[in-house]
Amino acid sequence: MTPVAAPVAVQSPPDAVLSAALRGRRFDAVVIGGSAGSVDALVALLPAIPAGFGLPVFCIVHLPGDRESRLAELFAERLPVPVREATDKAEIVPGTVYFAGPGYHLSVEQDRTFSISCEPPVHFARPAIDVLMESSADVYGPGLVGILLTGANHDGANGMARIRARGGFTVVQDPLDAQVPTMPVSAIAASNPNLILPLERIHALLPMLETNES
Amino acid sequence: MKNTHNPPSDIDIEMRMLIEAVYLKYNYDFRDYTGASQKRRVLAALRAMECGTVSELQARVMHDPAAFAQLLQFLTIPVTEMFRDPDYYLAVRRLVVPFLKTYPSLNVWVAGCSTGEEVYSLAILLHEEGLLERTQMYATDINPDSLEAARRGVMPLDKMRLYTENYQKAGGTGAFSDYYTAAYGGALFDRALVEKVTFADHSLATDAVFAETHFISCRNVMIYFNRRLQNRVLGLFHESLCHRGFLGLGSKESIDFSSYAQRFEPLAKRERLFRKAGT
Repeated sequence: MTPVAAPVAVQSPPDAVLSAALRGRRFDAVVIGGSAGSVDALVALLPAIPAGFGLPVFCIVHLPGDRESRLAELFAERLPVPVREATDKAEIVPGTVYFAGPGYHLSVEQDRTFSISCEPPVHFARPAIDVLMESSADVYGPGLVGILLTGANHDGANGMARIRARGGFTVVQDPLDAQVPTMPVSAIAASNPNLILPLERIHALLPMLETNES
Repeated sequence: MKNTHNPPSDIDIEMRMLIEAVYLKYNYDFRDYTGASQKRRVLAALRAMECGTVSELQARVMHDPAAFAQLLQFLTIPVTEMFRDPDYYLAVRRLVVPFLKTYPSLNVWVAGCSTGEEVYSLAILLHEEGLLERTQMYATDINPDSLEAARRGVMPLDKMRLYTENYQKAGGTGAFSDYYTAAYGGALFDRALVEKVTFADHSLATDAVFAETHFISCRNVMIYFNRRLQNRVLGLFHESLCHRGFLGLGSKESIDFSSYAQRFEPLAKRERLFRKAGT
């Protein structure tokens, strides 16, 4: 049995602590979820992704109704990597940032393509963070990093728990640092995350995710 | 190091066995459905049917057809609404109807019609365009309970506000409330709308083309299929459609990844209306 490290609840651990937490791990994908306040959080966070980043990043935020999302467009202008809305049956390309579109759940399939579905909302949300995180955890196992940001409901808690159960690595935004703490608090209770960090430290962690091979 | 290879989990192994058993025993073919959604729905069935494991569910389904009928309600996805994505119906009205008006008689196929919301929506649209009388509509699905619900045409009353809104955005020219009466604790839709609709059991996974059609609407059905099955279905549609016939898909669906991508040309990209390419 591998001993499970206690979650590091330090307010702002230095880079050395972050890289120690990642030591010996190798990742294949990153999934980032959030709700209320998370678009602002992503605006602060995603520019940490460097040009040539090697992992696919799946972003999912709750959006009202079936309205068209402009998030992919918004971030395409701000990031040095390709940004797309995740489309049904498309192959997942490493180094691309994907956004879940409105009105449909988004999942990752075993052949590393996306699928969408009209199943009923989960926690009033479609797309639901749980759906994307759980399906990603089933595909990537220990190779998945789950990051959960600010939000006002409980979506994401089960997804983060599944990522942990499959050996993946989870990071929750420090509730004290989150615009709305409900979602982080609920995920911390449900999933015993590897790290609890303020946004600025998640920003520091993001580029380390592909360089911590041992 | 088993670093890159994740062996299938027990539940994934059990899922495959369940789906194979359902196919061999009941001839319902879910083998080429996408895995993630199917797994969620089987897990929901587990809870509802109080089975501890997928294997236990499989044993029950194998020996009890009633249990299979119950599971089938989970394996199929009856989540839809009338005039869902009003822009789609608006585009059908503006871009497809003018062509349909040139035919003396019409065959329209609603493939994967579920509980009929789309059938009644299209029937209303065709009625308002003066086409319903000359249209033979085929509404097909694999779920007998859904087909029965579609035949009955009773929708939940509490949805009428949303459907009315959708109908208006979809370019409806009448009063939506003229099409239904409150009855049986729901909204009973006018029987005249479906007088010439054939509701039929048809599997896109295993059955063949049954008619030549002018317009096929198949929305949010192929999102549950893998690429192989999506290809099969697009093949069926291509075969069924008349020369330059029309195909409508769900608002986030794509045929870009199929081998039929070149055989349909986009008519309205955003609304996902396609036309069979001329040869």
